[in-house]
Amino acid sequence: MRTDPSLHYLDNAATTLVDPAVADVIHTAMLEHWANPSSLYRPGAESEAAMNHARAQLARTVGCKAKEFYFTSCGSEGNNLALLGGALTKTYGKKIVCSGFEHPSVRRPLEQLASSGWQVVFVPPEADGSFDVDRMLNEVDRSTILVACMMVNNETGARCDVERLAREAKKINPRVMVHVDGVQAWMRLPVKLADSGIDSFTVSGHKIHAPKGVGGLFLTDRLIQSFKAPYLGGEQEREIRPGTENLPYILGLAAAAQKLAPTMKQRTAQVQALNDRLRAGLAAFPTVEINSPAGSVPEILNFSENRIKSETMLSWLSEQQVYVSSASACGRGQPSHTLAAMGRSPRAIDTAIRVSFCADNTPEDVDAFLERFEAGMKTLASF
Amino acid sequence: MQEVIIGYQGEMSLKGLNRNQFESALMKILRYRLKDAGRFNVWCGQSTFYMEPEDEDVDLDLAFERVSKVFGLAAVSRSAVCEKDFDAICRTAEAYLGDTLRQVRTFKVEARRADKTFPMDSPALMRELGAYLLEHHPRLKVDVHHPDCKVIVEIRDKGAYVHGPKTPGEGGLPVGTSGRALNLLSGGIDSPVAAYRMAKRGLALDHIHFASPPYTSERARRKVIALAQRTSVYTGSCNLFVVPYTRPQEYIRDNAPAMLFTVLMRRSMMRIASQIAQRQGCGALITGESLAQVASQTVYALRCTDAAQDLPVLRPLIGMDKTEIVETARHIGTFETSILPYEDCCTIFTPPHPKLRPTLEEVLEAEAAMPDLRGLEAEAAEQTERLRIRINDEMELED
Repeated sequence: MRTDPSLHYLDNAATTLVDPAVADVIHTAMLEHWANPSSLYRPGAESEAAMNHARAQLARTVGCKAKEFYFTSCGSEGNNLALLGGALTKTYGKKIVCSGFEHPSVRRPLEQLASSGWQVVFVPPEADGSFDVDRMLNEVDRSTILVACMMVNNETGARCDVERLAREAKKINPRVMVHVDGVQAWMRLPVKLADSGIDSFTVSGHKIHAPKGVGGLFLTDRLIQSFKAPYLGGEQEREIRPGTENLPYILGLAAAAQKLAPTMKQRTAQVQALNDRLRAGLAAFPTVEINSPAGSVPEILNFSENRIKSETMLSWLSEQQVYVSSASACGRGQPSHTLAAMGRSPRAIDTAIRVSFCADNTPEDVDAFLERFEAGMKTLASF
Repeated sequence: MQEVIIGYQGEMSLKGLNRNQFESALMKILRYRLKDAGRFNVWCGQSTFYMEPEDEDVDLDLAFERVSKVFGLAAVSRSAVCEKDFDAICRTAEAYLGDTLRQVRTFKVEARRADKTFPMDSPALMRELGAYLLEHHPRLKVDVHHPDCKVIVEIRDKGAYVHGPKTPGEGGLPVGTSGRALNLLSGGIDSPVAAYRMAKRGLALDHIHFASPPYTSERARRKVIALAQRTSVYTGSCNLFVVPYTRPQEYIRDNAPAMLFTVLMRRSMMRIASQIAQRQGCGALITGESLAQVASQTVYALRCTDAAQDLPVLRPLIGMDKTEIVETARHIGTFETSILPYEDCCTIFTPPHPKLRPTLEEVLEAEAAMPDLRGLEAEAAEQTERLRIRINDEMELED
């Protein structure tokens, strides 16, 4: 890492290191903006003004109106809120269409809806890990109330053409709500939500060098009159997400986004070079198979080495401060559901490794990984 | 109205002349376990343990919960104490159990008169107290066979004790009264249950765990620490020995027939465990083996494992089904931690088809072909790390 050359943190899809400048913003906000943004007196009004400024800044990063951007605690909360709220709101039908490699915070609420009488169709990814939105569109009909698809898969980095999905789905059924989990895409790909056909979109702070505990949900204003939020409480966030806003973290989220938004192209080029370097290094290992499909974001590279269990390899790498992941960090060691949905063999799933970059990574991080990985492949026994 | 906790001896009451040793061991444990619930006077009389609060602000709920997990008590109850006077007993029974009696349909009074100087005998006390309670609760009926609520009165040396039904305790014998043993803790479901069952028979325990980094991860190690902590509520504070077992394990994998790998590894672990046990003054080893559960747990494999060292190997789960073991694991609160999906030393390098009926001869022959194994074992034993596990009721669960 640029900040600490002995640390080789290559698990940025799990979380990112907090930017010290962002931490400073939060620290200052904690001391200065102590008042509740809903309070009527002057410090309260100042807190509210700071929050609204942050909201406007954040809305610009996803191309929506400020009032359509709601603060949440994380991506998982945003996904739950949008999907469960969407199902409560759209009462004309019971059909939901969803991609088969979603994050658990999308999959599990939908599974729960399925057990309560909704008809949920999961459309699996292709064997190469890519996702064909046409297969999903084939499932959309006039009774479909909800379509959910992630913009970038958290395990393989596969990109889904959610803009086309939203446009085409709306042609088949103009009333359908389209939800996109944008947690891994935000600040990596350009996002423009206004008039896109996408009705809800989630983002998370800790994937963009802000702390854990803050996120955002875009919810189109077209839905606001009828939207039935699953939470009840105060009037904060237009009653969509009641609860006193976490102002210091919100300001931190805005600061992180402000810092990253103008450098997207430059960072993508930097990370692409790291990705290429890693791919070139991995080509020397005949047993390695790349799981990330062509066209994936360069930030994530998933592969199976087919010899040594991921848990062992991860533990081996971590001895040299090389930190990568086996699948999604949210799975806590469980086998990857994305690779399983792709139909990969149990051995490939058991030996999968996800390397995920940020622009703070250096070629030395990739080399440290490859060096330690090679030593592991030589030293460690296969199972 | 003063409220106390009463603990009833189980098997300990069958002990002969050495009973007082068991009683003082248990009192010591009870005093230790009650420490953070407030100040208690703990004493024993007539095969019963009394825990009397000495302050107003003791947490009796917490104390009761702690005491109910102590081995040696067959039953526990919370009880109101009053003078040994019939009117006082009636008033106390009504004040202490009146609310409960209002919620049931049938009841029964049981009386025990350990102090024979009390003027009424037990049947008279039961009859008269029953009549008094019926007067106050005219809708109640007496059912001596299957009452909804039992009102129990015990006339003892220091006063009369009135309480509702007893809560079953953990039973067994006080930890430490049967000596000390070393438990092999893998990280699975069975070994914490084995520790629990042997502690119940009065054994003080230490644990030994074999870690094989990088094949086993930091998470697996933390999981084992969490299991030892969770079990310590029953076993008491203990040591957890973590043996760096990677090198012997790799050596066996590289130099032994794959089919015999598991049994050879078990023997090697037993030898290391035996060394550490003897260093710690442990008189036995404990394992969570259950007959025929896996290939290393057939009678043939157990024979080979037992022959590896001299200490007796206690296998409290040998005749238990997995479902019974899981039930106990849930009871002691280790199940959820045990099923976290991390590799442990017993699951790595395992051959697809291990030998179910190994003979001692072939095992010894395979060991003879591994001249460096003993040295690697000695090195692992030497580098073993000792972690102190203290009783921790409010576990910081890792998941």
